[in-house]
Amino acid sequence: MAIAADPNPQFSDYARPERLVSTEWLAERLGTEGLVVVESDEDILLYETGHIPGAVKVDWHTELNDAVTRDYIDGAAFAALMSAKGISRDSTVVVYGDKSNWWAAYALWVFTLFGHEDVRLLNGGRDKWIAEGRGLTREKPQPAATEYPVVERDDTTVRAFLPDVLDHFGKPLVDVRSPEEYSGERTHMPAYPEEGALRGGHIPTAASVPWARAAAEDGTFKGRAALEEIYLGDAGLAPGDDVVAYCRIGERSSHTWFVLKHLLGFENVRNYDGSWTEWGNAVRVPIATGTEPGEAPSGRKA
Amino acid sequence: MAEPTLPETLSGIVEDFGALSEQERLELLLEFSDALPELPERLASHPELLEQVVECQSPLFLTLEVSPGPEHTVELFFSAPREAPTTRGFAGVLHEGLNGLPADELLAVPDDMPHQLGLTRAVTPLRMRGMTAMLGRIKRQVRERIAA
Repeated sequence: MAIAADPNPQFSDYARPERLVSTEWLAERLGTEGLVVVESDEDILLYETGHIPGAVKVDWHTELNDAVTRDYIDGAAFAALMSAKGISRDSTVVVYGDKSNWWAAYALWVFTLFGHEDVRLLNGGRDKWIAEGRGLTREKPQPAATEYPVVERDDTTVRAFLPDVLDHFGKPLVDVRSPEEYSGERTHMPAYPEEGALRGGHIPTAASVPWARAAAEDGTFKGRAALEEIYLGDAGLAPGDDVVAYCRIGERSSHTWFVLKHLLGFENVRNYDGSWTEWGNAVRVPIATGTEPGEAPSGRKA
Repeated sequence: MAEPTLPETLSGIVEDFGALSEQERLELLLEFSDALPELPERLASHPELLEQVVECQSPLFLTLEVSPGPEHTVELFFSAPREAPTTRGFAGVLHEGLNGLPADELLAVPDDMPHQLGLTRAVTPLRMRGMTAMLGRIKRQVRERIAA
């Protein structure tokens, strides 16, 4: 039985307010049966330095990625992972993490590939929890194994592959990387090391909306009006659009995917997880450089 | 081909990591992160004296002091935020394993030593590159100080 949504009025404007919980809500419900709290961070040791009491860790790199294929784990591996984390198919899962929930949103998106119904984000993530002086522990829970069903991953609804993106020209694309990555001045995040893309630039016609624009100072999501100004106003999306978002490997664009899908209510939003590390290296796919979106390649819908 | 010999303390650390499971290696790395000494006041108040290792995914700064010859003992100093435990952990391993060594022993440490810790799969190759860069920058600074 799913746990009732956080009735926080701050969430009521969003398309799907039940996808967010506040730190207060979570603090009052820690230990509730049917609730599993998951921490997912960029720094793979951060959970070990202290986490929300009772939270389990899900590591995107070693646990959600397949070890030999550039892909996510399959249904059997996901079922085994959920079982090991004490998550049942009907559990309410609340995910949180560092960097304004950037990796947490990535984990949530992967849960969505497997159709896990009730998965929510902790608004403000790890930093807000800590800033409010709420407790952390280094004690790791030892959840009892669950019977999680083997569910086939659905790669068609919220995920896009390179050929899908080639067919998508004419419909909106959102590039959520930094302006420097978009223009092609650099191929990696500012202050991050080079991660190997042969060319710098963006997918032609993509609008540039750096992911962090959706986050407020304290790491929570901006209100609906502010988000609409960014995505409908600046980026020119229209309600009902079929949208593809991408970044470097699909992690930052999961954050934007969450905003478009759950906060603004776009039904058809897909995350292109191959992102720039695939597109920027692929043979015979066009790129655009500079600050302008550029033209759709000839022979493709404009 | 024989592996180049590591200085005794560092070799012990590599052995310790090698004897553990992957999960235990991460816990050991966390211990190194926790144990990384704070900067002494003379450096803490002069952050401009430290060099940033830009290859690291999180902010990491380092500097070192080399005693007068003939031994040229090297003293290492690192600064990294608590929110970056992996990077701190790597700095902790290098501090524990290299601090106080004579320069020639430090310079003989193979450049790919970080890969001997068996952490590459767990922490991503990108982070391993950060640790390799830390070692590279330490060795470069030592060479510069001795030449000066």
